[in-house]
Amino acid sequence: MDNTTTYREAVKQAIRKAMSEDERVFLMGEDVGHYGGCFAVSMGLQKEFGADRIIDTPLSESAFTGAGVGAAVNGMRPIVEIMTVNFSLLALDQIVNNAATLLYMSGGQFNVPLVIRMATGGGKQLGAQHSHSLEGWYAHIPGLKVLTPATVQDAYDMVGLALADPDPVLIFENSLLYNSKGSLDTKAIPLAIGKALVHKEGKDITILTYGINLFKALESAQILAKDGIDVEVIDLRSLRPLDDETIIKSIKKTHRVLIVDDGWKSGSISAEIMARINEQAFYELDAPMARVCTVEVPLPYAKHLEDSAIVQVDKIVNMAKKVMGEL
Amino acid sequence: MELDLTKARGFYKQMLLSRRFEEKCIELYSKQKIGGFLHLYIGEEAIAVGVMNALSKDDAVLATYREHGQALTRGVSAKSIMAEMYGKVEGCSRGRGGSMHLFDAKTRFYGGSAIVGGALPLAVGVALADKMQKKNRVTVCIFGDGAVAEGEFHESLNLAALWNLPILFVCENNRYAMGTALNLTQSETDIYKKAESYKILSKQIDGMSVIDVAKATLRAVEDIRENSVPMFLECLTYRFRAHSMFDAELYREKSEVEEWKKKDPLIVFENRLKEMDLWSDIDVTDIENEIKTTIDEAVEFAENGTLEPLEDLERFVYSEVQNG
Repeated sequence: MDNTTTYREAVKQAIRKAMSEDERVFLMGEDVGHYGGCFAVSMGLQKEFGADRIIDTPLSESAFTGAGVGAAVNGMRPIVEIMTVNFSLLALDQIVNNAATLLYMSGGQFNVPLVIRMATGGGKQLGAQHSHSLEGWYAHIPGLKVLTPATVQDAYDMVGLALADPDPVLIFENSLLYNSKGSLDTKAIPLAIGKALVHKEGKDITILTYGINLFKALESAQILAKDGIDVEVIDLRSLRPLDDETIIKSIKKTHRVLIVDDGWKSGSISAEIMARINEQAFYELDAPMARVCTVEVPLPYAKHLEDSAIVQVDKIVNMAKKVMGEL
Repeated sequence: MELDLTKARGFYKQMLLSRRFEEKCIELYSKQKIGGFLHLYIGEEAIAVGVMNALSKDDAVLATYREHGQALTRGVSAKSIMAEMYGKVEGCSRGRGGSMHLFDAKTRFYGGSAIVGGALPLAVGVALADKMQKKNRVTVCIFGDGAVAEGEFHESLNLAALWNLPILFVCENNRYAMGTALNLTQSETDIYKKAESYKILSKQIDGMSVIDVAKATLRAVEDIRENSVPMFLECLTYRFRAHSMFDAELYREKSEVEEWKKKDPLIVFENRLKEMDLWSDIDVTDIENEIKTTIDEAVEFAENGTLEPLEDLERFVYSEVQNG
């Protein structure tokens, strides 16, 4: 295995494989065809599969996302690409009121095998309408599944996992990860939806995270190791369903936990995880739970302000030391 | 469309069934057998009957929260609809939907949607899937004049036209979006003209005349099947009853309601049949009796239905078979 595949290429390869193997699969969204995808994920695919399967849409998030829901209940396996999570708010009606409810509301008659991919996250000085991380917010909704691929392997695997799922799956791709490189084994059996992955074992403190912050957490773990703190780093991979089992198992080992969440603290996935630990493993804890989240501001443009608002390695290191009682 | 005696009797019976079914619902609602919201279709029955009779079994229907008439006419059984209103597991949505969310896969009835305009994008997708799978089927999306104010209406019409989708948009223009008159919310009150601006062949028709609706729909559906294009029908109609059971109707004059009641689709059809010399052969008493039996049986079925066990509350949030 090498480290030469980009995250972008992994997503693209997964889409290409799915479209080659299953004629029900198609991709639609803004600029996915002629332009090649806002983040160049679908570059060249329209030439390969034709404009009927790589479909350029108007800037009508609600209509094309809803069309994805409709096509899914009627025999197709659509992948809808929404440029960024902020734009997905224009399609919230279709995601929350239709995709997430149809199976339940119809008493089990109409499932929605729809995949929605979108870019998420800040760090590129794009201001308050292009930078937010709302994946935790979507994880509030019963009926949806919420995936957050961090690694190149997951970027590839999760497209296939989502397409094989009979229900609506949202995939959040952090836009800063598209250029990241990693190893990809296209023959590997993918780790199922709802399973977290222990990336680094450790015995002193558990860091729970997802998406791009996985790499910041791993870097933090290396720094903390120099201080003799042995960190266990877990990639949640899926925010809904959450893998309670893996989380609790780790806490029973380390008895300390730090959650690193790209969202804001209030009403966040980190708050939910803390609540679950409280419910299921309170007496296992040797220290109060802690978290590092994005500062509660609409993300600013100025670089120094944005850097200070989002999760950084030094924030993780300091907070981990606090949990360890060393600060 | 040839209107022979059999067809005439069928139309009349379907409109009357919808009317009597809902009159029974009012009674059951006041007895608290039915809960939630109850939006009555009374006065607008000609549209459902005209439209549904022009469709074939394979076509798809998406409707609104005022969909009892559409579901009944489409062939969803009165029993399963009534059981749904009772919240029983024998209901067409297992009691999960209620009056506003009738679903039936067998008749490709994709529900009552209770977000105004929310079903239009869905209909675009259903039609898109048919087109991609080369199935020569029509998707009918029924909505009210209120939906026209939603962005989803405009986005969906544009997509349907842009992609040449086999879809029939049916706007039931009953002049009020809940309690606000069309002229208070729309700069252009001829709704079909909005559809025309998306290059969709559009027509405004008398929604109180089942014959007019049936003829226009038949022609539209034939065109759609032949040419894979969207079509749009604006049906002018009127809701005789309140918007829901909680509406004091402060926004319209009683005289206006009375004026429209003279155009009751049942009366309009009766007069038409008299002109055609068919009315004397319509056995109204027999029809009333048949309908009474259907409704009585539906109520009995619902009364005897079972409440879904509480341990099943969380079933169907996700599919039970995990490989789609």
